[in-house]
Amino acid sequence: MHTFDRLWRSQRGLVGGLVVALILAVGTLAPAIAPYSYSTQSLLTRLEKPSAAHWLGTDGFGRDILTRVIWGGRVSLEIGLLATGLSVIVGTVLGGIAAYFGGAVDTAIMRVADVFMAIPALFLILVVVALFGAGLTNTAAVIGLVTWAQVARIVRGECLSLRARDFVDAARALGASHRRILGRHLLVNALPVIIVQATLLLGQTILIESGLSYLGLGAQPPLPSWGNMIVEGRQFLASAWWVATFPGVAIFVTVLGFNLFGDGLRDALDPRLRAGD
Amino acid sequence: MLARHIVKRFAYAGLMLFGVSLILFAIMRLAPGGPEAVLVGGELSPEMAAQVRARLGLDRPLPVQYSSWVLAAARGDFGRSFKTGDPVATLVVDRLGPTLTLTGGALLLALLVAVPLGVLAAIRRNTIWDALASSLSLFGISFPSFWLGIMLILLFSEVLGLLPPSGLSEYGRESDLGARLRHAVLPVLTLGLIQMASFMRFTRSSLLEVLQQDYVRTARAKGLPDGRVIWRHAVRNALIPIVTVIGLSLPVLVGGAVLTETVFAWPGIGRLAVGAVFERDYPVIMGVNLMIATVVIVANLLTDIAYCLIDPRIAYR
Repeated sequence: MHTFDRLWRSQRGLVGGLVVALILAVGTLAPAIAPYSYSTQSLLTRLEKPSAAHWLGTDGFGRDILTRVIWGGRVSLEIGLLATGLSVIVGTVLGGIAAYFGGAVDTAIMRVADVFMAIPALFLILVVVALFGAGLTNTAAVIGLVTWAQVARIVRGECLSLRARDFVDAARALGASHRRILGRHLLVNALPVIIVQATLLLGQTILIESGLSYLGLGAQPPLPSWGNMIVEGRQFLASAWWVATFPGVAIFVTVLGFNLFGDGLRDALDPRLRAGD
Repeated sequence: MLARHIVKRFAYAGLMLFGVSLILFAIMRLAPGGPEAVLVGGELSPEMAAQVRARLGLDRPLPVQYSSWVLAAARGDFGRSFKTGDPVATLVVDRLGPTLTLTGGALLLALLVAVPLGVLAAIRRNTIWDALASSLSLFGISFPSFWLGIMLILLFSEVLGLLPPSGLSEYGRESDLGARLRHAVLPVLTLGLIQMASFMRFTRSSLLEVLQQDYVRTARAKGLPDGRVIWRHAVRNALIPIVTVIGLSLPVLVGGAVLTETVFAWPGIGRLAVGAVFERDYPVIMGVNLMIATVVIVANLLTDIAYCLIDPRIAYR
């Protein structure tokens, strides 16, 4: 059965895929579909309940929450994609090199990875972002550079088992260069694992980004991010529950979507690794 | 052989700590700006900035600063906070109690719920129980912990008025155990719910694997009742690897504590770290991170050693 058929048949993967597609579409089309401006303040419409005019209500500055959730999604996706891309590139290259060359190279790379895994990611990210300054690119770069270690571990494991296969010996016997064997034979065959990992990591980076925004270290106001919307809503919790609630629902649905999609992809791409079995 | 393995692991743990401190030091000092602007506040003339830096010892060459820090740290002296002048060790130890209560409680709660649920999911595979368990675990890894905390506050404090929303205790009632427990419920619940997911997934898959082993079939074949086969033969063996998972989950648990402590105004290590980072309190940042890395590395070391002792099949090389 083809990969796509399998993905289509797995209900979880399908639901996850649809959610991911919807979120990506909304994020991309934010300027066109958001009903209001995300930054125009109006004291007359402060903290209004969800209504026909403002489906998700308004916040403490009278801004439409639906609009800000849509724009916040765009920001989260930008940071998430950038961070995940960086993490996957660094992790794949280093993991591949470690597995292929083995010996001292392997030891050196994996020991550095161990050090990165011993510091809780959020702590390290917190330190770096706070000192170097928050902002879209900085935040994304730091999340990426701190999460590469887990990608490297998985890619290394996959490449180690591939390295022992006959087609790699064959390529070597034919005189292929290190670069060619690593790039064309090992990493290409590890691609399914890498793609699954990237999908799951995207959910994680979005969670990390929202946590950083909550601490004031993500996107800076007035640019909305789901995390900083929740902080603002916290102070109105008793009187206006909707301000903190809806951005959180958005984070939850998005991350859940990526996790479902990742699980579905894993089932479809690699039947050996059925989720949860 | 085992003794040599343990000595090697200890040496390696020491090396890792050294690596952590080097990375942190490099990150802090490569960052633009320094603590003087935060410490003095307002207009800061270049002369004054230089004066402050000299007083804090920041004008010395970086290698000198780093080596003097390492030498002092090796003797247990982590310096004093730039901001308050308190010894870093005291600051960290004072905050350790609340953080241990929070993370320990969350760990316990997560295990108490996750293990039975994971067992149920495995032995009733492909039933509604299994579906329920896997949905719960999927939800668990998709929730932002800080938002979950806020939603719990909304429900239990604002709407139902049952539990206090923040702090360690009420003013003047710090020694009242009941008040402290009521304050701990929501933070522990928040962190514990998030942690449950991975434990449950793991228990389930570990048990499914064990249930296919020959010795389980043998036990069934000799006519032992189902409950006995599952609890005495399968679950006991399936739980050995969960020791490792607990060790591996510590960084995640402590990382989660940063946000949970912030949401609930819980005076632990996480909030200390957040404050120190914003104030560029270098000694405190180093102290807190090193302490956490030590806990994580020592926990992994103990897991590793416990594992070798429990399970003779593990070859220690």
